[in-house]
Amino acid sequence: MKHTPLHDRHVRHGARLVEFGGWQMPVQYGPILEEVTRVRTRAGLFDLSHMGRVRVTGKDRVAFLDLVATNHVARIPVGAIRYALFCRADGMPIDDLLVYPGADEVFLVVNASNTAADLEWMREHARGFDVAIHDQTDELAMVAVQGQESRAIVEKLVRGIDLSKLGYYKFAFGEVCGIPGVRISRTGYTGELGYELYVPAPEVGRVWDELCAAGEAHGMTPIGLGARDTLRLEAGMPLYGHEIDATHDPIQAGLEFGVSFAPEKGEWIGRAALAAIRAQPVRRLVGLKTDGPRAPRQGYAVVVGGEQVGAVVSGSPSPTLGTNIGTAYVPLALGEPGAACEIDVKGKRQAAAFCALPFFSRTRK
Amino acid sequence: MSQKSSARSARPDDRRYTESHEWVKPDGDTVLVGITDFAINELCNGNEGDLVYCDLPEAGRALDQGETFGEIESVKAVSDLYAPVAGEVVETNAAIEDHLEILSKDPWNQGWLVRIRPNSKDLPKLMDAASYEQFLAEKKH
Repeated sequence: MKHTPLHDRHVRHGARLVEFGGWQMPVQYGPILEEVTRVRTRAGLFDLSHMGRVRVTGKDRVAFLDLVATNHVARIPVGAIRYALFCRADGMPIDDLLVYPGADEVFLVVNASNTAADLEWMREHARGFDVAIHDQTDELAMVAVQGQESRAIVEKLVRGIDLSKLGYYKFAFGEVCGIPGVRISRTGYTGELGYELYVPAPEVGRVWDELCAAGEAHGMTPIGLGARDTLRLEAGMPLYGHEIDATHDPIQAGLEFGVSFAPEKGEWIGRAALAAIRAQPVRRLVGLKTDGPRAPRQGYAVVVGGEQVGAVVSGSPSPTLGTNIGTAYVPLALGEPGAACEIDVKGKRQAAAFCALPFFSRTRK
Repeated sequence: MSQKSSARSARPDDRRYTESHEWVKPDGDTVLVGITDFAINELCNGNEGDLVYCDLPEAGRALDQGETFGEIESVKAVSDLYAPVAGEVVETNAAIEDHLEILSKDPWNQGWLVRIRPNSKDLPKLMDAASYEQFLAEKKH
């Protein structure tokens, strides 16, 4: 199992470490729901070094990525970041990712559990293109600061970037703790103001320590992946293996903002299949809330009028909303916000209601 | 911030243990059934606030040995509870539902979950405390 460069710090901080996508990662440092609330009210620091970081270079890099990824990479403005997916010819996702086009490269951030499959997918389709694919996961660590206090904290360590002018889903390079050329992006997986920093692995321990020190007065603490999952669910953000996977396409998941059918993008892998789904969708992803004792969980049936109409794909207690929440796929005609339904908790029916996604967002206001 | 349990005391030797981390303790002509500190730590790692629900059966329910008799849910996981003996549920611990913290504070006494009247006087062959300790030690490797 792989360890991130911050592993020793997590152990010292009393983290509970679990296997995640081939990495030993902190799932929590304290109670998960308190960690969620800390990010919503103050700020949290995350080690995301397990996520895959891939640099694509070569003169055909944009044309290549416009073939294998769903968004229109050639149209991403300089300094901007876009969400995209890698989909197979049948339109089903291999992974989802963030795309950072640069002056002489395109930088990608993918899921830990899919990094190997993503690299294989890209290399398989790279023939005939002048591209080179560099896996930077080990050389470049990744940390995130998320929450309303995040700007004030990160600002203390950064030179050369005015964070107040860095917009949502924009990135820039600056000096962090004296390290030049650090990529900083205003991105995150929490629905909060937040930043993600890509730091050379040998330096990230020092950056982590300085962020901890800078964040102390702002109530920031390290936050584990358990809270991160609840934060992303509250923010209506998809997780591979739940809202999207080899049987759940991005169109019916409501992720069309990451899929481009623009004629200028040309032909790309999965386009025809996704265009067909877009023309005739049959189901949609909706939110669920339930005041009953049980949280919705992946695989529970969603019941309307005594019949199973769909299935839960994610669920958690939500400290922010003060109730149990989840996401589920239901037929297009169902799922109107406010409409009643039930979830089947291993044979016991529990009252629930559909609701709009996201449950919570500060970034989308 | 975190409320890590202090060094755990030895597991009581007045009862038997299952590989799915239930304990069963004779009490008159009935047995008390609970789950071990190990099981609770797997669910919440000493953070009792992460336990969110415990589903227990109605009194009167007949259980086969190994049958699922309830579920315990933490923020991130749901675990089944398995009957260590066959018998009839005669009582459930009503205090647990609203006070899940009992499970992490006192899993051995106040944290009992169900009282079962076993079908047979002879309890099935289960691990004693020393064997359970060894079972856990081997699990780690």
